[in-house]
Amino acid sequence: MRLDGKGLIDRDTPVRFHFDGKAYEGFKGDTVASALLANGVKLMGRSFKYHRPRGVMTAGSEEPNALIQTGTGDAMLPNVRATVQEIFTGLETRSQNRVGPLDRDLMSVNDLLWPWLGAGFYYKTFMWPRAFWEKVYEPTIRRAAGLGRMTKGASPEESERAFAFCDVLVIGGGPAGLMAALTAARSGADVIVLEESADLGGRLLSDGEDVEGLPGPIWVQEIRDALEETGRVRIMTRTTATGIYDGLTFGAVERVGNHLPRAQDLPQECFWRIRAGQAVLAAGALERPIAFPMNDRPGIMLASAIRTYVNRYGVTPGENVTLFTTNDDAHKTALELVDAGIKATVLDSRPNVSPHGDYRVIDGAQVIGTQGRRALSEITYRTASGTHKLETDCLGMSGGWNPSVHLTCHKGARPVWDEAIHAFVPANNAIRGLHVAGACTGAFSTTDALTQGVEAASAALKTLGKRIRKPDIPKASTDAGTTSALWSVEGKGRAWLDFANDVTTKDVRQSAREGFKSVEHMKRYTTQGMAPDQGKSSNIGALAVLADATGRGIPETGTTTYRPPFTPLALGTMAAGAQGKGFAPERFTTSHKAVTARGAPMIEAGLWYRPSYLPAPGESHWRQSCDREVNMVRNAVGVVDVSTLGKIEIMGKDAGAFLDFLYTNMFSTLKPGRVRYGLMLREDGHVMDDGTTACLGEGHYVMTTTTAAAGQVMAHMEFVSQVLRPDWDVRFVSVTEQWAQFSVAGPRARDLLNGILDTPIDNDTFPFMQCGTARIHGIDGRLFRISFSGEHAYEIAVPSTYGDALYRDLVARAEALGGGGYGMEALNILRIEKGFITHSEIHGRVTAFDVGMQGMLSKKKDFIGKAAATRPGLLEEDRERLVGLKPVGSVKELTAGAHLFEPDAEATRVNDLGYITSVGYSPTLGHFIGLGFLRDGPSRIGHHMKMVDHLRSVTAEVEICDPVFFDPEGGRARG
Amino acid sequence: MRYSGLQVLWQGLTGNRGWGPAWRDPDPKSEYDIVIIGGGGHGLATAYYLAAEHGLTNVAVLEKGYLGGGNVGRNTTIVRANYGLPGNSEFYSHSLKLWEGLEQELNYNVMHSQRGIINLFHSDGQRDAFARRGNAMINQGDDAILLDRAGVRKMLPYLDYEQTRFPIYGGLYHPRGGSARHDAVAWGFARGADRRGVDLIQNCEVTGIDIEGGAVRGVQTTRGAIRAKKVGIIVAGRSSQVAAMAGMRLPIESHVLQAFVTEGLKPVIDHVVTYGMGHFYISQSDKGGLVFGGDLDFYASYAARGNLPMAEHVVEAGMTLMPMIGKARMLRSWGGIMDMSSDGSPIIDKTHIDGLYFNGGWCYGGFKAVPGSGHCMAHLMATDRPHEAATKHRLDRFTTGRGLMDEEATGSQHNLH
Amino acid sequence: MQIPCPLCGPRDLREFSVRGHALGAKRPEGETWSVDWDDFIHNRDNPAGRTEELWFHGGGCSAWLIVDRDTVTHEVFGARLASEGGQ
Repeated sequence: MRLDGKGLIDRDTPVRFHFDGKAYEGFKGDTVASALLANGVKLMGRSFKYHRPRGVMTAGSEEPNALIQTGTGDAMLPNVRATVQEIFTGLETRSQNRVGPLDRDLMSVNDLLWPWLGAGFYYKTFMWPRAFWEKVYEPTIRRAAGLGRMTKGASPEESERAFAFCDVLVIGGGPAGLMAALTAARSGADVIVLEESADLGGRLLSDGEDVEGLPGPIWVQEIRDALEETGRVRIMTRTTATGIYDGLTFGAVERVGNHLPRAQDLPQECFWRIRAGQAVLAAGALERPIAFPMNDRPGIMLASAIRTYVNRYGVTPGENVTLFTTNDDAHKTALELVDAGIKATVLDSRPNVSPHGDYRVIDGAQVIGTQGRRALSEITYRTASGTHKLETDCLGMSGGWNPSVHLTCHKGARPVWDEAIHAFVPANNAIRGLHVAGACTGAFSTTDALTQGVEAASAALKTLGKRIRKPDIPKASTDAGTTSALWSVEGKGRAWLDFANDVTTKDVRQSAREGFKSVEHMKRYTTQGMAPDQGKSSNIGALAVLADATGRGIPETGTTTYRPPFTPLALGTMAAGAQGKGFAPERFTTSHKAVTARGAPMIEAGLWYRPSYLPAPGESHWRQSCDREVNMVRNAVGVVDVSTLGKIEIMGKDAGAFLDFLYTNMFSTLKPGRVRYGLMLREDGHVMDDGTTACLGEGHYVMTTTTAAAGQVMAHMEFVSQVLRPDWDVRFVSVTEQWAQFSVAGPRARDLLNGILDTPIDNDTFPFMQCGTARIHGIDGRLFRISFSGEHAYEIAVPSTYGDALYRDLVARAEALGGGGYGMEALNILRIEKGFITHSEIHGRVTAFDVGMQGMLSKKKDFIGKAAATRPGLLEEDRERLVGLKPVGSVKELTAGAHLFEPDAEATRVNDLGYITSVGYSPTLGHFIGLGFLRDGPSRIGHHMKMVDHLRSVTAEVEICDPVFFDPEGGRARG
Repeated sequence: MRYSGLQVLWQGLTGNRGWGPAWRDPDPKSEYDIVIIGGGGHGLATAYYLAAEHGLTNVAVLEKGYLGGGNVGRNTTIVRANYGLPGNSEFYSHSLKLWEGLEQELNYNVMHSQRGIINLFHSDGQRDAFARRGNAMINQGDDAILLDRAGVRKMLPYLDYEQTRFPIYGGLYHPRGGSARHDAVAWGFARGADRRGVDLIQNCEVTGIDIEGGAVRGVQTTRGAIRAKKVGIIVAGRSSQVAAMAGMRLPIESHVLQAFVTEGLKPVIDHVVTYGMGHFYISQSDKGGLVFGGDLDFYASYAARGNLPMAEHVVEAGMTLMPMIGKARMLRSWGGIMDMSSDGSPIIDKTHIDGLYFNGGWCYGGFKAVPGSGHCMAHLMATDRPHEAATKHRLDRFTTGRGLMDEEATGSQHNLH
Repeated sequence: MQIPCPLCGPRDLREFSVRGHALGAKRPEGETWSVDWDDFIHNRDNPAGRTEELWFHGGGCSAWLIVDRDTVTHEVFGARLASEGGQ
């Protein structure tokens, strides 16, 4: 029911929204929960396990019951707290976790079965018959479990991520946080204030207290103005600090647009990563419920939440309200209700308690039962005089307050039990640089909050070396109230601890009886605290019941671990921008436009894109294109972009020695103008990478790496240079992106080049493995006579600016000579024909010995990996070693990933002798060829083996051969 | 008490008052035949199989905290036998066979769910490497199916097939792979071991290992000295510290691995799915939470908690792969301490000290190994010979270079596995 | 976590990669396999507490650093250039 003259909502702006298909009206500033309560709606959800009717319990993010779905279609969000979601025109909301309408949920039959569905029942049954688990039991359990529904489409909504930095981060915009922010800002610090709700003020917006003679909300506005005046404070409302990480880094989620109609062009949320010089935690406290029998009906909520609904939203959840309390705090709710003209009765568990105003108090009372099917109608309570009944439509409960210690525990500190207030408080210096203030320390009066806010900020400022300018402490209530401990009330029926996961005191006691006595065991066995609210209001009560059941004290029982995030954090917000292509950068070569214009399908090579093949008119299958391209290179000339290979420029007096140390073979003997192939090992003796290095001049080299290992090799070189050989005079830099480099390969390669080089070359001036500078169309470039195809070939490099033009020119000239551009498929076939290895072969587990390059392990010098490569296990003859393969039986196909066996052996692990790494159809040879690794491979050359690919159902008879299929003498490359 | 549907029915009718403790809470005796250091999944499974398979019941499991409090209670619950290299291949195959039927063996519902695992691949080269592994699985007698893109799409319609950064080429499907309820595995083995007479001693930290003349004599604990003929170190996450008590230095570095769970959702992901272009693996628990994880944070850590950069990176991978999960909310993140060995594979072996055995180096693959590890460790401790499924998990393979099991092919750097 | 790079100042974790314990900087002499090599490549003290590690500032100045930090608290005590204090 809406109350006249109460609340901070904007009564001039009515807002229509829908819940379960029905239209409701609220006001701007309402949450879904407050607006539904104003409309007399009490039933908002169904509980997790028993599907009991549930209403709202809190007025904040700790809500365990009122979880709803918002939005429609693929924008629908499950498990939204009705107590947090603000209403806006057009907002669609639905209840969840039900079969059929909310008030007639078919799954509520579970509630009748509760004696069999207690803690851990599922560990003891559903075992017979065995096959029923996946077929019957588990699907049934899965369908019954879960909460909200998520569609399988991507949300059309977008969120953002951002970084922020400040001197002092203040978490919580209540009285403590506001004073901390004011102190810090006036002392010259840059401040960020995070406030979870829509407005600053914290409990001052709910409690009807005056500060400095002003109503709470008015004083808050004055402080807000003062903060803004300093020009140093960034106030972030609707922002929750989700976690604290190393180095005073915080995660925080800001609700930017999800409280507004969709027409506004705003992200839904923003995930902030905030680095703070110092921080003040003023997170307040959360009221805890009391575990009395049948304490979960709609209409039963926290006493403080009632106060919030009355004062902040101008709504009363009931017209005849009862409050069940163990402490003074609920009496404040009674006073506020009376002030609003609502009847209130307080049942105080303590003896000899008098009313603080015009309401009835029944002291020494405990609620032992409740009635009402879909909403509370009556309670039963017990006093010294006996059992009584009381009609009521709303019951507020207050079991005392738990300081919100969560963030102080995110780095592993455990909170400390404070017997005086029956609550856990933050450990001293739980996190260095995080200063705590106000109710989250267990200091519950407003004056305490204001004072501690100033003190916490002062401590932060002192560490920062700022001159502290303390504001005066405003006059406010010094009443912290008193409390008594009452964790559970015995009686007939279940008493809920964890409303969200349907955990009752019976479950916790049973857990202890069954030996699950550690608080962690109890949590895991009963699922206490594992629901969306993470036990914010229930964990402490549950461990108190456990302590009682095991005969230990509460501090010895201890808490479970507090973990981030403080409130659940949408994955789409946490990783905003990563969807689709946003996951990783894209690298494009300078020829990208030219090859895509020719219709080349592009494939990923690390972050790069490279053309798979370049289809010619009339070609409908990749093999046609690939075969043509291979033939083109073998018979005329082909052009391919090889810029993706890592290119590292190396200079210095010790550059030769450096290369000797990096590579297994010798480079210091390499003469200027010459290129050499090199093999690089990891320090553990296995192959890291291979490539060519050219000597461009005295102490000046350019190394190429494979595309895949470019980054790894660069970091490795930095390591070797800085860490292992810091005294050497060598400098190097990656120039991969500075040079566009193209391979020109084929018998007509030199003819093509001589058309563009300012100074033509011949075999004498530019023999195989020669390199040098070259002028191409007047541009200074580099020329390397190297070959990855076995053909007479060159790699020509120009500054990237000219890459596009040069590529187009080279392809045009190649076409005029009967050749053209080629792609990765042809490149792969060409190199397999020559037995050249790629990372398909040097996949990380092979040695130089395995790939037949043991001869490249220099005996004259040390090199990375040399010692480890001498381990006996790395040199045994029966290791799997590189071989070539070709089909010789009726099946003419080879497949990569197939394994190798003796022809008559069964294809099992114990008979497994090797595997195939690379295959392809060689148009040059007219049959499939492959490379693979075979136990004692070199000695089996000429033997026939069986290739088995179970996955693709291919079995073929293969002949083991030398890995070099084509031009084994290498004459073509030299010609 | 035997657990069954009938028992649940009877207890429900009689107020659930008859459920007794799942295990005793004994004080340590002064001497045992065998002491297992570590009451995690592997330690409890070892104790169970020592009793169940070898009749050795004068056994104590010493746990410094609570049973199952280590990685067995904080992992992403994936159970699979999809390894490619000899050694791992037969070991995980053996372990999966033990999983199949574990409920009946233990009379405890560990909710082993063979819902299938799909390892996605994103290039031709990756497909061939996966094919090699899939064929190795079939060679071993396990199951594997190579799916093309259309096959994956049929099973996992919610993946992004149009816009994702690294297109999905297909997947290696392992139908017998799946998940299990992690805590229940520890509890089931604990209950089974206890029922056979093993003493499970919680809150008992080992502070020293007594060695005389090259042979183990017992352990020192916070609850007094305990003599033992044989001692097994099974304390993944703390292996280096406990092994140091015996003067050993291990090929292990400890790292933090984070894991995450979302709020409960109605069924939406029916398999275990792994991404091939970055570490990301996800499944949905029976309770409804999406359970997922990724890579190590990469710095050495015993803090059992990580930092945001890796957490964000893991979620980023999930978002590019299956953007629907953007609507789910992360409920909790946590960390475990991983024994990262030099080749990424575990160790189950005798040590150079008589009567002292070591089991560790599970990296972040220990959960699925629990039954196999316990079974093979029990065999080793009982017979002094390695079980035929764990002959290659030797401590000396690093120094000999013989039988390295580097599945990730990243070499000897501990944090790259 | 922030690493105080001697060249760039305090920089975020995101800019770095980690290789492992700093003993990886102390490459043994000798070109054949030995216990020293085994210890260098494989075996680790792996302390729960203060330790030194090799970090690479690949997203910054490309310096290899020896970072002094605590593996239990994640506190970072300092970092120095490996080129000046590696061996």
